[in-house]
Amino acid sequence: MNAAGLAAVALAASLGLSACGGDDAKASDGTFTVGHSEPDHLMPANTTGSYAFDVITELFDNLMDLTKDGKAVPLAAESVTSDDQKVWTIKVRAGQKFHNGEPVTAQSFADAWNNAAYGPNAMGANDYFSSIKGYADLNPEDENAKPKADKLSGIEVVDQNTLKVTLNDPFSQFPLLLTYPAYAPMPKAGLKDPKAFDDHPIGNGPYMMDGNWERNKQVKLVAFPGYTGTRKAKNKGVTWKSYSSADTAYTDLRAGRIDVLQTIPSAKVPEAKRLLGDRFLARKMSTTDYLGLPLFDKRFANPDLRKAISMAIDRQGVNKAVFNGSYFPADSLIPSIIPGHRANACGELCTYDPAKARQLFDKAGGFSGTLELYFSNAQPTYAQWMRIVANSLRDNLGIKDIQFRQVPASDYFSLLSDRKEKGPYRQNWEADYPSPQNYLENMWGSAGNRMGWKSTEFDDLIAKANKSPDQAQANALYNQAEDVAIREMPMIPLWTWAGEGGRSKRVDNVTITPFSTGLIATEVTVK
Amino acid sequence: MWRYVLRRLLQAIPVFIGTTLLIYAMVFALPGDPIQALAGDKPVPDNVLETLRDRYNLNDPLLVQYAKYMWGLFQGDLGENYTGQSVSEMLSGRWAVTAQLAVTAWVFELVLGILLGIWAGLRRGRFADTLVLSGTTLVIAVPVFVLGYAAQLVFGLHWQIFPTAGTDDGWPMSYLLPGMVLGSLGLSYVARLTRTSLSENLRADYVRTANAKGLSRARVVGRHALRNSLIPVVTYLGVDFGNMMAGAVVTEGIFNLPGIGGQVFESIQLKEGPVVVGAVTLLVLIFLLVNLVVDLLYGVLDPRIRYE
Repeated sequence: MNAAGLAAVALAASLGLSACGGDDAKASDGTFTVGHSEPDHLMPANTTGSYAFDVITELFDNLMDLTKDGKAVPLAAESVTSDDQKVWTIKVRAGQKFHNGEPVTAQSFADAWNNAAYGPNAMGANDYFSSIKGYADLNPEDENAKPKADKLSGIEVVDQNTLKVTLNDPFSQFPLLLTYPAYAPMPKAGLKDPKAFDDHPIGNGPYMMDGNWERNKQVKLVAFPGYTGTRKAKNKGVTWKSYSSADTAYTDLRAGRIDVLQTIPSAKVPEAKRLLGDRFLARKMSTTDYLGLPLFDKRFANPDLRKAISMAIDRQGVNKAVFNGSYFPADSLIPSIIPGHRANACGELCTYDPAKARQLFDKAGGFSGTLELYFSNAQPTYAQWMRIVANSLRDNLGIKDIQFRQVPASDYFSLLSDRKEKGPYRQNWEADYPSPQNYLENMWGSAGNRMGWKSTEFDDLIAKANKSPDQAQANALYNQAEDVAIREMPMIPLWTWAGEGGRSKRVDNVTITPFSTGLIATEVTVK
Repeated sequence: MWRYVLRRLLQAIPVFIGTTLLIYAMVFALPGDPIQALAGDKPVPDNVLETLRDRYNLNDPLLVQYAKYMWGLFQGDLGENYTGQSVSEMLSGRWAVTAQLAVTAWVFELVLGILLGIWAGLRRGRFADTLVLSGTTLVIAVPVFVLGYAAQLVFGLHWQIFPTAGTDDGWPMSYLLPGMVLGSLGLSYVARLTRTSLSENLRADYVRTANAKGLSRARVVGRHALRNSLIPVVTYLGVDFGNMMAGAVVTEGIFNLPGIGGQVFESIQLKEGPVVVGAVTLLVLIFLLVNLVVDLLYGVLDPRIRYE
């Protein structure tokens, strides 16, 4: 130890300080602590960040809830039904109360959704309301025009507990969309003072705020005594502590100062596995990495070239080299935790086969000029696996001239939206709600895809599935659309992420789902 | 002397305007669209982006943005960050943390640094001197983050003398370990400066005279040699206040202290001009003030120094 170290001991000794371990410091009061990153907002409609969702899903009961295997079941709703998938009738369960005592009614939902969809409010999750009729009137194309309306014409409060929602187009996945945190209800007080609501959200969920949100420090929640729903808390409360460094959060988990950590930094995973034993919590996630191809660049127009690139990448090799083998090489466009996933849907096109890849590459007439690979600096692993991918393309396809374009994270998405990239780019997607539609329509649909890919066959199949009243039938149609996209391969699936967390000895029954619900805090038991 | 103070304070005004403009321009010049960056990969409709850009004056040219910012500043309004939080609220919450950390570190480096320096200086060439010199070399050579993580693991996790991270245990417990890590570099320099300066002065003529007069050893060292030797040390302590703010970015991150350092780092990444300018401006003001105090202290240490 150096001088500072010696000094530390001397100082501590001279002040007569006793050791205080985390475990004894907290006498069991039935609450537990979770380490995570600081949320951006706690008003449900103003955020799309998963750290905010962690807290919001505990404070609010949405109409529908997700089961652990990704099915939508009623929560604040009694039922959500539709004959044509376009007009939906929602019955709100009677007798529910907000944390301030206000009853939860159909109006509470209508108010919250109108507030979220109104353009000038500039809510972060505004776009998630675009499927409801009247959205365009609240969000005019011309950015400077004043909106024609401030209420969605598609939302009608029939009576105190009935809501009628009309969508622009039939959408069979609407009940799943209702699980998205932005669809939470709001009490009158929240609409009156949104700023105060952000600091102290008043929800209808199993937990309520204990004091205000202490920014950059913690959000304290206690069990809500007036809760009547199905998610009643099995503990007295949960505190979400903010960490700016994942390494520090992990150290605090080891020191027993926090009870649950959902993400252990990947470099510490081997150590954590050894140290935590059965308290190490591994799970599949919904986030999937893809390699998008700019089809607006003529050099990428031939599907055979795109397939060749896909087959030249050794997904399992990258997984072993970069992710300790814990990730899941993609075998379809949709991750395996999403209902509607088919094992090996991608078939040989996602299987490493350098000889076949070279064949396809030559058949496509090769590649001319510099191949530029785009990725952001948001994660150090991006540069690692991009290098391996580049080597594969060089060795297996003979593309000699490959360059890296590592872009600052704050610039990356603007670059892609402006289509300034001149080569394959890293893209990922995390499910908003567990439906194949959420992946396929958002990322491959002609309306919004980044690649510049157009397929009416694909769009028609998605529209058909969106109309289908039966979920199994809908998934079959989504899968047909998926096959079209695989055949053309405008975007190459790579691998799905794994989540690695841990818990302390104080808590049990810790389940972390791969969906926006994340940690199921209500089920955690505290010793 | 008061004219000197006034003149120094007036000089701070152009420095203040210059730094704010410079920082504003630098944040403005960073690539990327801060509003798009907030949303990540999730879709944001154009009209929402536009509303937000308007709200934060992002469509204006640099000088107009800066003028609007300064106008707000004169009315006591530091503006908002891009998630709508008031900057003054954000900073006020974090100042207390950084101030406690900085004072802990500063006191640590001041007291321990000078004591070690005296100890080594009085025993030049002997064991104590070698120990202090090699110890401080080691600390200077090791990067702050290595020192931080090591201290956290040893004193926080294994021995559990200090909390590993966070501010839950309040001052001083939560701040001792990070304060010592942050102050360790300065401590090394203070110890070395004091040691060298003191051992030089001990050989000066006036010390020989004082000794010849038959003054006690304590009086010779304390009143005569040490007082003179502290001028370079005090200068360093003033300058080091600025270094400490830079070091705080790392230290606050490791020990999860929600202070100014971490805020500035985060806000630069998010291109949040008003937050960066607000925080850095305050840092500049404090820096100017600390250095004014340091300059005035010269007179106390050496009465020959006069201020005009």
